[in-house]
Amino acid sequence: MRHPLLELTRARLLEFVREPAALFWVFGFPVLLTIALGLAFRSRVPDEPQVAVVAGLAHEVAALKAAGGLGVRALAPDEAARALRTGEVALVVARAEGDRVTVRFDPTRPESGTARLAVERALERAAGAAPRVTLVDEHVDERGGRYVDFLVPGLIGLNIMGSSLWGIGYAVVSTRSRRLLKRFAATPMRRAHYLLSFILSRLVFLAAEVALVLGFAALAFDLEVRSGVLPVALVSLLGALSFAGISLLISARTDSVEVANGLMNAVTMPMWLLSGTFFSYAKFPEPLQPLIQALPLTALNDALRALVNEGAPLASQAAPLAVLAAWGVVTFVIALRTFRWQ
Amino acid sequence: MSQPEVALRARGLVKRYGKLTAVDGLDLEVRRGECFGLLGPNGAGKTTTVEMLEGLHAPDAGTIEILGERWTRATADRLRERIGIALQETQFPEKLTVAEIVRLFRSFYARGRTVDEVVALLELEAKRGARFAKLSGGQKQRLALACALVGDPDVLFLDEPTTGLDPQARLQLWAVVERFVDRGGTVLITTHYMEEAARLCDRVAIVDRGRVIALGTPAELIASLGADQVVELELTGELPDAALLAVDGVRHVARREGRVVVHATHVARVVAGVLAAIEGAGLGLTHLETHAATLEDVFVHLTGRGLREG
Repeated sequence: MRHPLLELTRARLLEFVREPAALFWVFGFPVLLTIALGLAFRSRVPDEPQVAVVAGLAHEVAALKAAGGLGVRALAPDEAARALRTGEVALVVARAEGDRVTVRFDPTRPESGTARLAVERALERAAGAAPRVTLVDEHVDERGGRYVDFLVPGLIGLNIMGSSLWGIGYAVVSTRSRRLLKRFAATPMRRAHYLLSFILSRLVFLAAEVALVLGFAALAFDLEVRSGVLPVALVSLLGALSFAGISLLISARTDSVEVANGLMNAVTMPMWLLSGTFFSYAKFPEPLQPLIQALPLTALNDALRALVNEGAPLASQAAPLAVLAAWGVVTFVIALRTFRWQ
Repeated sequence: MSQPEVALRARGLVKRYGKLTAVDGLDLEVRRGECFGLLGPNGAGKTTTVEMLEGLHAPDAGTIEILGERWTRATADRLRERIGIALQETQFPEKLTVAEIVRLFRSFYARGRTVDEVVALLELEAKRGARFAKLSGGQKQRLALACALVGDPDVLFLDEPTTGLDPQARLQLWAVVERFVDRGGTVLITTHYMEEAARLCDRVAIVDRGRVIALGTPAELIASLGADQVVELELTGELPDAALLAVDGVRHVARREGRVVVHATHVARVVAGVLAAIEGAGLGLTHLETHAATLEDVFVHLTGRGLREG
């Protein structure tokens, strides 16, 4: 007979691979997300801004068309207003009285600003202004700075959080609700072995999960792991242990799968939004920043991004790693003290 | 290791859940090599008692000794090696197979039987590779028993092992328990089936409201009625107990679920006398049934309620 820890881990792994839905969420979903978001935000030249000119301003239509770089449509005033409202056009040239041209646009839309500059330049040229400065364009496509480079480490972080939380918490709670936890407690099984088996089985899948997403991004999007693989593996491991602790704490007492699910959603939802997985958390108000940076997913994402995209040395990530370690240790200790076997 | 004559001993066990006292000063002594039954309705405190004996709950008062030792941190691991447990309905992992589940449980014990041995013992060979979710109720219970036996225990705890099983599955399970006892094992079984207690148990404790209200072999308990026959009647009106007790051979009269239950000796003579009494009172008879006294009748006699009434 083999060691109970190995047998428990083996049982966990068997249960997991026989659960097609779990396999999909851990392995299929992150890859699909990488593909979808990578394609949607792949680096490409933005479409030329669309502008509407109120019908009757023939001179302006001609001038804008001649200048190039703009999509120009002549529309009746009400149609032009509708096109602006729905986002079909970025800007409407509404009136022209001598050299006073009125343009209407929403200043919070980035393409409207671009359109305004292009319209201004085209009309000035048409009025005979000569360019005083010539810009020479040099195009770059720096790996590490694209959206997909930003996205992939965040997706890995998100995936580590999701699979640790649900992979462990759901299994513990359903085992308790089936009274199986109590049945185990009535055998000479070491309780630490039981909890450790979850962590061991998680680690097996963690390696596969991280390798799959990173490998896919390297092949499909030419992602470069600048730090090398080992530091990424270590940070992923720490992240997984940290979320394992959080998961054990969430599942320490309840025997209702619904309650556990609600608790996990309550824990993960704020981090989905705040922790800078899909967009930078710098956009959130300043007073929130210390709070956001104390979240474990933020720490994990920041560390992974610094390693993957900037090739930062592991030692430079002491702060986020300390945040992860603190979450892991504190939650694990509380979980062990409060864990209910019945 | 010494082999004390008493396998299990409980003295003055008390367990409260909030205001509810589930076990209320229960005493128990199970000898080595006997099959001992706790018989009582649902909610009598049987499961709570067994789970305290198994070391899963600490009693609020009282003492427990298993194989001469108390449950402490130091003895717990040693004791758990020597007991086997089938809880009331264990839901094993749905996706694991019979062999995988038994193998997992085997790994928890320092010594024990092989997976093949217990799978064969419980006649689960054909289901070795079947996942738990695909098993019938009887197969699930046999798997639970396989996991209880795989550590080769000295004492086996079975909590309502045949609840909800069909008669054949029940017979199969009983046979395994009997073989365990034949090999010298000690069994503590809870049940609310009197026929299960009568068939399997050397001695039975009847439990009601957290206490033992009667104790003895099934035969002794039935003999304690002082009457080996039971006559049950349904009448069109009220007949005073005195009219029935006046009949020669009637020992005791009780009423339950609209029936008059008469404990008696010499059933033929008693039925004739009872019919005469009914006629004398000008009442009609809508139902008459006689049977040999069972443990159920003992329970009714002691509590005035049936085993399934709770």
